[in-house]
Amino acid sequence: MKFTLSWLKDHLDTEATLDQIVETLTRIGLEVEGVEDKGAALKPFVVAHVVSAVQHPNADRLRVCMVDVGGPAPLQVVCGAPNARAGLKTVFAAAGTYIPGKDFTLGVGQIRGVESFGMMCSAAELELSEDHAGIMELAADAPVGVSYADFADLSDPVIDVSLTPNRADCTGVRGVARDLAAAGLGRLKPLEPRKIAGTYASPISVDLRFPEGELVACPVFHGRYVRGVKNGPSPEWMQRRLKAIGLRPISALVDMTNYVSIDLGRPLHVFDAAKVKGGIHARYGVEGESLLALDGKTYAIDERMCVIADDAGPLGLGGVMGGEETGCSDETTDVFIECAWFDPARTAETGRRTGIVSDARYRFERGVDPAFVPVGLDVATQWVVDLCGGEASTPVVAGTVPETDRIIEFPLAEVKRLTGLSLHRAEIREILEKLGFFVVSPEDGLFRVAVPSWRADVTQKADLVEEVMRIHGLDNVVSTPLEATGTVGQKVLTPLQIRRSKARRILATRSMLEAVTWSFVSKADATRFGGGAPELALANPIAADLSDMRPNLMPGLMAAVGRNLKRGLSDVALFEVGQVFKGDRPEDQKLEAAGVRHGTASSTGSGRHWIGAAGPVSWTVAKGDALAVLEALGVDVAKLQIARTAPAWYHPGRSGTLQMGPQNVLAHFGEIHPSTLEAMDVVAPLVGFQVYLDAIPEPKAKPTKSKGALVLPELMPLTRDFAFVVEEKVEAEKILKAVKGADKALVTDAKVFDVFRGAAVGEGRKSVAVEVSLQPREATLTDKDLEAVAAKIVAAVTKATGATLRG
Amino acid sequence: MSDIDDLEHSLRAAIDAAADEAALEAVRVGALGKKGSVSELLKTLGAMSPDDRKTRGAAINALKDGVGEALAARRVVLKEAALSARLAVETVDVTLPLWPSPANDGRIHPISQVTDELTAIFADMGFAVAEGPDVESDFYNFTALNFPEGHPAREMHDTFFFSPKEDGARHLLRTHTSPVQVRTMLSQKPPIRIIAPGRTYRCDSDQTHTPMFHQVEGLVIDETSTIGTLKWVLEEFCKAFFEVPDVEMRFRPSFFPFTEPSMEVDIRCDRSGSEVKFGEGNDWLEILGCGMVHPNVLRACGLDPDRYQGFAFGMGIDRIAMLKYGMNDLRAFFDADVRWLKHYGFRPLDLPTLFGGLSA
Repeated sequence: MKFTLSWLKDHLDTEATLDQIVETLTRIGLEVEGVEDKGAALKPFVVAHVVSAVQHPNADRLRVCMVDVGGPAPLQVVCGAPNARAGLKTVFAAAGTYIPGKDFTLGVGQIRGVESFGMMCSAAELELSEDHAGIMELAADAPVGVSYADFADLSDPVIDVSLTPNRADCTGVRGVARDLAAAGLGRLKPLEPRKIAGTYASPISVDLRFPEGELVACPVFHGRYVRGVKNGPSPEWMQRRLKAIGLRPISALVDMTNYVSIDLGRPLHVFDAAKVKGGIHARYGVEGESLLALDGKTYAIDERMCVIADDAGPLGLGGVMGGEETGCSDETTDVFIECAWFDPARTAETGRRTGIVSDARYRFERGVDPAFVPVGLDVATQWVVDLCGGEASTPVVAGTVPETDRIIEFPLAEVKRLTGLSLHRAEIREILEKLGFFVVSPEDGLFRVAVPSWRADVTQKADLVEEVMRIHGLDNVVSTPLEATGTVGQKVLTPLQIRRSKARRILATRSMLEAVTWSFVSKADATRFGGGAPELALANPIAADLSDMRPNLMPGLMAAVGRNLKRGLSDVALFEVGQVFKGDRPEDQKLEAAGVRHGTASSTGSGRHWIGAAGPVSWTVAKGDALAVLEALGVDVAKLQIARTAPAWYHPGRSGTLQMGPQNVLAHFGEIHPSTLEAMDVVAPLVGFQVYLDAIPEPKAKPTKSKGALVLPELMPLTRDFAFVVEEKVEAEKILKAVKGADKALVTDAKVFDVFRGAAVGEGRKSVAVEVSLQPREATLTDKDLEAVAAKIVAAVTKATGATLRG
Repeated sequence: MSDIDDLEHSLRAAIDAAADEAALEAVRVGALGKKGSVSELLKTLGAMSPDDRKTRGAAINALKDGVGEALAARRVVLKEAALSARLAVETVDVTLPLWPSPANDGRIHPISQVTDELTAIFADMGFAVAEGPDVESDFYNFTALNFPEGHPAREMHDTFFFSPKEDGARHLLRTHTSPVQVRTMLSQKPPIRIIAPGRTYRCDSDQTHTPMFHQVEGLVIDETSTIGTLKWVLEEFCKAFFEVPDVEMRFRPSFFPFTEPSMEVDIRCDRSGSEVKFGEGNDWLEILGCGMVHPNVLRACGLDPDRYQGFAFGMGIDRIAMLKYGMNDLRAFFDADVRWLKHYGFRPLDLPTLFGGLSA
């Protein structure tokens, strides 16, 4: 919402300075986005007349001019502009003037040996436009010596307010003035009654053609006919104001509607009556209709839009934009003025669907004052007659002004209850009354407040508290400490939140970088990674590759690796801990910790090194990552099962599942499938893992935090090595399980320390060497005891896997 | 007894001449071994007269002791020399670089770190951390938050929608973390103090807008909190978060459908240099929106607005991260360029706490 200072002063009687006004507007919630005060910056620049211009004696491209700037005698000015010539009216800056477009202060000086007492300026030097081809050329009758800013009507500062969607009343300059007056910055001037009597009945009728009981879209429509008008340019002062706020003057009839729209927040439309066929009515649009609008574009109309139409078809989109064909021109002699009220929601929807941004929509979608319909029509009629002459009809009326009367019971204690401010009742009453509310006090401590018709946003007592607070001043609210909770150190995170934090930190300690990737991926990637369900596809994605909610973190991470590789950054290890989407219900959103490692990015280092190069990443490091996360989250990883059931994007032979049972999968890990790599455009080697943080069971609550007594065995532990020769397909896990189960009292641990394949063990077989830890409990083990336990171990492994002991 | 003196003399010479421990051992065996020269002398004692034994015995024993001490002393010297020689040979080039320590090499993303910082601050004021789904219904994202159907305020949210279901309802991606307010109020009795950090989505993209971003919402519901309390909480938060002793804030009346009265908050800063400095300067930077929870929202959540009251506030996590740590392009947050992550990320063990300083 833009307006000029002088325009504001039409409504506000004030001594306040521009700075005070701007500061107050922001303070009361009408945030000033910017102030354009060209007048202040251009004050020293004056209109000048070039009396003579001759060639500079020492420079081909310079001229020595004598310039009349309104002083007793012309001044000598050296000028390099190609258009500097005798007789030209232009803009002059004396020595000592700051030139905004050049960011320097002009001095007196000699230019190639000739004294120069100032300079003549281009539009660029005044920051009025980009034009720096030559000095400005003003009209021949421009008055020499007067301030250029005054001459060019630039001295009226323009204030730009960013209006919040609730403040329909401030879409007019008058509403802004009312707020400022309430804030103590002057007095709101009374609105001059502009009422002109009609002398005949309008030949154009108005009508509301909506289905029974559906007058919401346009409940009231007033109009007046003015015959015998003479359209032409609007008065200069009006054009100046419209130009200042960025509107292009067109003609008196058009400018007048724009002016009333900005001045009073009351949009209007004026039809060229000669182009209207029959009566005018408001109705829903009909599928297939279209409108050539005033912006020169044609819009398709449907039954969700409210249109203004005549017998031939739509004339305009109600509250949004009028049509080109019935617009006024210089030939217009009879006009019909429309003043109606359109439903904010439908106006907003029509505006959104057509993409039209107009001053009318800006106002109607916020909610124009319904009670102002008849007044607005009178004001408009007066303007038409004042500017274009003619004779006005009596009003034609369809519908009734929607009811706006509203009374709010307002206990004064609410102000203190919600804001902490202690205000006297008189203060509260004064603020409300200055804003146009009508206040009675039926009992002590209670106001009964009638809301003015232009404040549809005020519906309950909290709204009144806001009005009082913003006008009184938020700065006056004193900060008050929040009461302490009375307890110390409550846990504020949920178990899942703690898991997320721990997973993050443990992965980062394994040389990985945490990435945050988009929650959405392309349809192809979503499908490739097990998602792509229609209920998780966005109806309006911002880009085709961000169209579907991610089913897991792998596509985002792989794409991130790919981007880094394309930048020449290899050996990348990235992880993410974030939400993934299995469905569209809240419980379908899961938390996953996943990572990928490329090239040689192991958990301890990457690339070539004098100690020994880090080799290509393999499934082992990915398994290590997954286990590290699970272990950090308190899972007893020794008890996990390892299955070969990893999803399709993993290499089927080099991947695994970590699970507590087939129904409770905690993680997947492994090398990424070559086909997946190809599809994702990432070169091998790439390994990855996914840990499903929701799947981890919560540990059982224990009565105390005690870790229990530490019992240290008195006897020394010892180890024995075994080498089992087994079929290639036998899994190490199976051997270790058999070893551990062979003598649960004695065997405390078993580790694979070597896997050997070769002729010595035979084709299709391997030797798995295991170090077994034994812990004697009661007595030192004798040789016989040791032989016995070794025999048990061998027997157990043989039974489980068909192994033979390697000789 | 010159023979004894001579022997001692020659043995001492041999001991001094021994170049290593093996040579010394040979001298020892030659003197004190079973057949050694000193041992042989001792054997002669038995055949001596008591007088001779007395004088000559004492001399031989003195010789034995003296040789023994000399051997021991020489052994120490030789051992040290041998060790020095070994150590000299064992010298390595300790300037050779090693792998970096993995625990210092990894990085935590600034969004995670800043969320941890927020959590530390608000936990100290008694706020719990609440969360909600990203895929939301119209009810939680708009209706319960007092956005009337078709209101322009809805349009300002640039919402991502999913396709309508058979019953016409359609899910959306939450445009703010405020739906968590509603979910919390519907599931919990006051007093309530929560923050709700999380991902939010709007159909928008430029240097400071991305279709996905992060917000933290705060909510306090009790029977006493006012705008005054809200101001205090936000002032304390800003001081703690930006780690400055003082911060000047400007509260401006504004509009949000779910709060009444509503405010926007600016903080005073100096943006004249390449970095933003807080607590000084002449610029105002908008950092958050807030207000008293709207009576309609309280009603929608089954709370009596005449009994319960409270405030809510919301701010961009990415935005305050950028302000504090100096990133200038939001899009880079989600690009996962390893150079950016290494530069702006945080070391794995730098967990922010109030007792240890947030970013110290």
